[in-house]
Amino acid sequence: MRESEVKELIKKAISDAHIEVTDMTGGNDHFQIFVVSREFNGKLLIDQHRMVQQSLGAALNDGRIHAVQIKTETPESWAKKTRSSGNDFQILN
Amino acid sequence: MSQDTLKQIKSDVESNKILIYIKGTPDVPMCGFSAATVNLFKSFGVPFTTRDIIANNDLRQTVPQFSNWPTFPQVFINGKLIGGCDIVHEMHERGELEPLIKEALGK
Repeated sequence: MRESEVKELIKKAISDAHIEVTDMTGGNDHFQIFVVSREFNGKLLIDQHRMVQQSLGAALNDGRIHAVQIKTETPESWAKKTRSSGNDFQILN
Repeated sequence: MSQDTLKQIKSDVESNKILIYIKGTPDVPMCGFSAATVNLFKSFGVPFTTRDIIANNDLRQTVPQFSNWPTFPQVFINGKLIGGCDIVHEMHERGELEPLIKEALGK
């Protein structure tokens, strides 16, 4: 599965998401996934991760994706980090 | 899935405010992720309980089905799965873990 296909699956489930997908091994089955979304607001980190995992559902179950490393942020938690690191990322609609 | 083991897990996570399923024991962890997770909770100086999934293969197979989470360690606070090693450390960095612990322990 290509990085862009992974991104599309997540986007379908979490429509406002800013998504970055990196193929970790070059094998198209092990991805690092970073997602920022307002839909994560007020949710425990594990439940944010579950939302991303569920969006990949079938692809994770049938082995097209073998492993994922997920990082999630709400716009607020991400803004805090980027402020301290000088990154000027903004969530876009 | 063993029904007895499932019952035991339910009862364990409900009766222990903080319960961590790990590989090995707090003093002799058998996995770096289990060690790091136990050390984080030790650093808080709060009481917590662990179960060794290497010593109990039924637990090893049944806990992931109970929690719908595939990997160990697994940290339960007040009966809810909070996460594994990466998630609890990330929560700690964000200051989101201590409030949960305080709430669970009624402090």
